[in-house]
Parts: sequence; structure tokens; C-alpha cells
Amino acid sequence: MTEAANPTKASDAPPIRRNRPAEINVLIGLIVIALIFEVLGWLVQGQSFLANVERLRIMILQVSVVGIIAIGVTQVIITGGIDLSSGSVVGATAMIAMSFAQVSTYPRAVFPALTDLPVIVPIAVGLGCGLLAGLVNGLLIAHTKIPSFIATLGMMVTARGIAKWYTKGQPVSFPTDGYAAIGAGMTPVLIFIAVAILFQLILRYTIYGRHTYAIGSNEQASRVSGINVERHLILVYVVAGLLAGLAGVVLSARGLTAQSGMGVMYELDAIAMAVIGGTSLAGGRGSIAGTTLGMLIFGVIISGFTFLRIDAYYQEMLKGLIIVGAVVLDVYRQRYRGRN
Amino acid sequence: MSDGQTDIVLKTVGLAKRYGGVHALEDADFELRDGEHVAIVGDNGAGKSTFVRQITGVEQPSAGEIYFDGNKVEFKSPIEARDHGIETVFQNLALADDLDVPSNLFLGREERYFNLGPFSILNERKMLAHAQDALRTTGVKIPDLRNKIRNMSGGQRQCVAISRAASFASKLIIMDEPTAALGVQETAQVENIIRTLKSRGIPLILISHNLRQVFDLVDRIWVFRRGRIVGAVDRSKTDGNEIVSLITGVKAAVDAPNFA
Repeated sequence: MTEAANPTKASDAPPIRRNRPAEINVLIGLIVIALIFEVLGWLVQGQSFLANVERLRIMILQVSVVGIIAIGVTQVIITGGIDLSSGSVVGATAMIAMSFAQVSTYPRAVFPALTDLPVIVPIAVGLGCGLLAGLVNGLLIAHTKIPSFIATLGMMVTARGIAKWYTKGQPVSFPTDGYAAIGAGMTPVLIFIAVAILFQLILRYTIYGRHTYAIGSNEQASRVSGINVERHLILVYVVAGLLAGLAGVVLSARGLTAQSGMGVMYELDAIAMAVIGGTSLAGGRGSIAGTTLGMLIFGVIISGFTFLRIDAYYQEMLKGLIIVGAVVLDVYRQRYRGRN
Repeated sequence: MSDGQTDIVLKTVGLAKRYGGVHALEDADFELRDGEHVAIVGDNGAGKSTFVRQITGVEQPSAGEIYFDGNKVEFKSPIEARDHGIETVFQNLALADDLDVPSNLFLGREERYFNLGPFSILNERKMLAHAQDALRTTGVKIPDLRNKIRNMSGGQRQCVAISRAASFASKLIIMDEPTAALGVQETAQVENIIRTLKSRGIPLILISHNLRQVFDLVDRIWVFRRGRIVGAVDRSKTDGNEIVSLITGVKAAVDAPNFA
């Protein structure tokens, strides 16, 4: 109703205020949730939740590997797509990368002739595997026009199959010191921060970012405006695959072993982080800053549940509720904006 | 163009489009002079939008030829038409709702600092400055250019779409029902933009159902009926009754295309 009066008045009035950035709301959410656990901590456990550096360190370490995936998934969701394959790609790349990182002193290496390789080899192999998976996803989605949901679901099952087939289910262990260093201490967190800053800047300041938002916002308009939508979508899925590959390398290095079951359900956690962080499943909206905050909310909730000694079964159920809740919130946001 | 009509910007000869057995457009001979503003009118299904889709490269004609700027052309996509200096404002607004005004104006042809392929850095300052210029030239007032299109009224959106076409079109602008969804005041604003285009000498093809608007804005009116061109009359030599008769078929075709 106020809309009708706006355009006529607006020309001489000072510029109307823009919407508050979505990230601010997510940040407020993060603070509120952290404070709730703080209060519950004093009430239930008789100690502080936040004033415990070790707890916060473990919390951030736990979420940062999924956070790396969530960055790739965020930009996929901004284009209006979805990537369900990231968790399985983590598993497959962890196995394959680790098999090129084993020490010669371990007698049952996957490739006995290829041991003690420089650390760059397994990293390149891991990233290459992720890239390949992303390329297949992208080609399928861009050229066969099947929904991204289906294409990446296929990749999810296939990549998990590859992870199991690769060593017939045997774990791959005993990496070189160089490889282990990728996952040692807080290195995974530093890798996450570097990747997050890089992609925050890319999405905000480059043509790649602009076209990512444009395609998610109005694919038809993007097409008639001269954007090569197919080529861009392929690139977006390749980047997502590459980041899933990176996460696979980091995860296996951190665990000093790779198992075919690694990364199960990570894809859903990553999607949840993006959506909690304000990325719209309808496409066109979201940011890496938001996803990072979403990741922290996710971490605080998981860590808080453990802190309150809530049973693991209940944790899973609550996690499910949180994911659905975030999507419901997104749908309402959409409807509210639509009415504008 | 053997007869030396160098002032003809666009000409079609025997243009036709058939979808299976449906003849959406038949034998269309059309021409547009430099600086001329023309309207295409006709009932629903008369072939107006089909005609526009053929000349803008959205679809490829089944038969006939298109001459643009003196050369025979076969546009395979809207991008190719755009590269020749033809800008189209499509009926469904071709804007990205989640982007701001400069981003939409420059969508698909962004200014960049240096070329790193897709990872080139956007020159936002230059795009903002150009956007301000483009809107000023077309007389569009939008309070905050950094606001997202989503938060704007239908009229403001249409003005942005038209400004985009107007600021990039070097040879021809085509507008498909630009005011169909707008209120009275917003329609007046869009019509004012079209008048500024006239004073800048850019030729225009306007598709409209609004005869009052057509008589207000254009030099010549092309009437389509059942996929054929049934008349092209100077605005000053006709009236609403004649146009309506042509549209409805009460009056048979006037020998139009070659009278010029």
C-alpha cells in the first residue's frame, strides 16, 4: 500500500534506505543462539559455554572442513541449483588422494611403487578428482537440462561407489609427514579462512560472481543479455567439485587415514550452513560471509548439544529440525519480498 | 539494396514463420527508415510478436529475407542482433531482480579493469557513472541506483529496461508492449522516454495495443492481421477508425508496403 505513494515522492526525497544486509540478521541469530547456550550452560552445567578456548577450537575445527564444501555449495545454490554430491566426492577424493600420499615404510600401500611422493602429487590428484566430478555434474546439468538435483544425486551415489570400489572397502592409511601437515593443528581452519575470503571477493567483485547471481535471479534474462549460461554453470559446478576435492584432502590428512564412508551427509550439512546463512534456495541471493556465519551457528549448536550432554540421537533429530526451520524461514522471506 | 534506398534501416522481404502447420507469419514485406518511429498493431495472434522474434534473432524465419543497415542478415541469437546495434525490450521484463540498476544495465557486457576471463574484476565505478548518464539521457529518475530491482515498482523496472536498450542501441530499438502492465502515470513516463529517443534520431519499432499511444508517438503504423501485413499508413493520413477497420478486417488490405 505504501508502495503506491513511494515512486512519486521518492524523486525529491533523500535516497530511500536499502534493505539491511541479510548477514546482519544471521549474525544476530548467531549471537542469540550462543547466549542461549551460555545461559543454559550456567543453569545446567554450572559453567560457561563460551569462555572455554579449547571448546571453541574444537568446534571451529569440526565445522571448517564442511565449511570448505559449503562455500562451493553456496555458489551453486545462488545459481538456483543444488549439489548433493559433495559429501561423496569428499569420500572418493580422500581415498584416491591418500593412495598417492603413503609412506614407503608401510608394506601394504595401494601403489607400492608410488610411495614417498612429494606432497604436491596427492594434492593435485585430489583436486583433479574433485574437478572431474564437478565437470561431469556441470556438463550433465548444462547440456542435458536435467535438474541439478538429479544429476548430483547420481554423482552422489556413483562417487560413493568409487570410494568403496577403490580399495574394496579397505581404509588407506600412513600418509607422509608432508601430507599429514595439511590437516595438522589449525591448518584446516586456515585453509577454510583463505578459501572463504577468496570466494567472498570473487562473488562480490568479479564477472564470475555477477553472472552467478544473475543466472539464479533470472536465467532467461541472463541468456538474452548475452551471458553464456551453459558455460558459466559448468564452471560453477567445477568450482564446487574442486572445493569438495580440497575438503577430501584436508579431511584425510587430518584423520591420517581415508575411509570410504568419509563425508557421509556432509552435503546436507553444507546445504544447511548455506541456507542458515541466508542463501536462498530459489537462487539469486546469498554470500560466503553469510555461509560462514551459518557454519558458526551450525558449530555452536552441535558443540552446545554435546556440552549440554544431549544424547547423539536427539542431536540428529534436532539438526533435522534446524535444517527444515531454515528453509521454512527462507520461504517466508521469499513470500514477504514477493508481496513487496 | 539495388535501388539506392540508403535511408532504409530495416527491410524484410517475404518473411514467413510456420510452426508445423500453423502459419504464424506469411509474406511479410516491412521497411523502416532511418530515424523513423513506427508502430505495429494488430489483434492477438496477428503475428506481431512472431515478426519481432524473427528480426531479433530469437527465432529463425521459415522463409524470406531480412536486410539490416543495407546488408542481408541472418541472426542466430538475440546476442547477434544486439551486436549489430539492435536492442529489444521484451514483453516479459528481462531484468535480474536480485541485482541493482548498473548491474542490470551492463548485464552480459560488464566493464572490467583488466581481462582475466570470468575472474575479471568489475569496474563498478565506471558502470555506476554510465548508468547515471544513461538514466539522465532517457529522463528516468530512480532515487537509489544501488537498490535491487526487486524493490522497485513496475514503472521503475520498465524504465530501467528501456534505459538499458536506449543506452546501448546504436541502430534500432524494438519495444514489445512496453506499457502493457503499467499504470497511467508510469505509462506517461515511458512515453516520454520514447519521445526523447525520437529527438535523438534512433529508429524505433513499437508494438502496442493502445491506439491513443500509437497515434501520439509514431510516424507510421503497420497493421498485422492473421499473420499478414494488411496496411502501412502514415499517422497524419489516417485515423483511429481506419486502423480499427484494418485490424478487424472490416476494411481489406491497403496496398501498403510499396507506397513509400
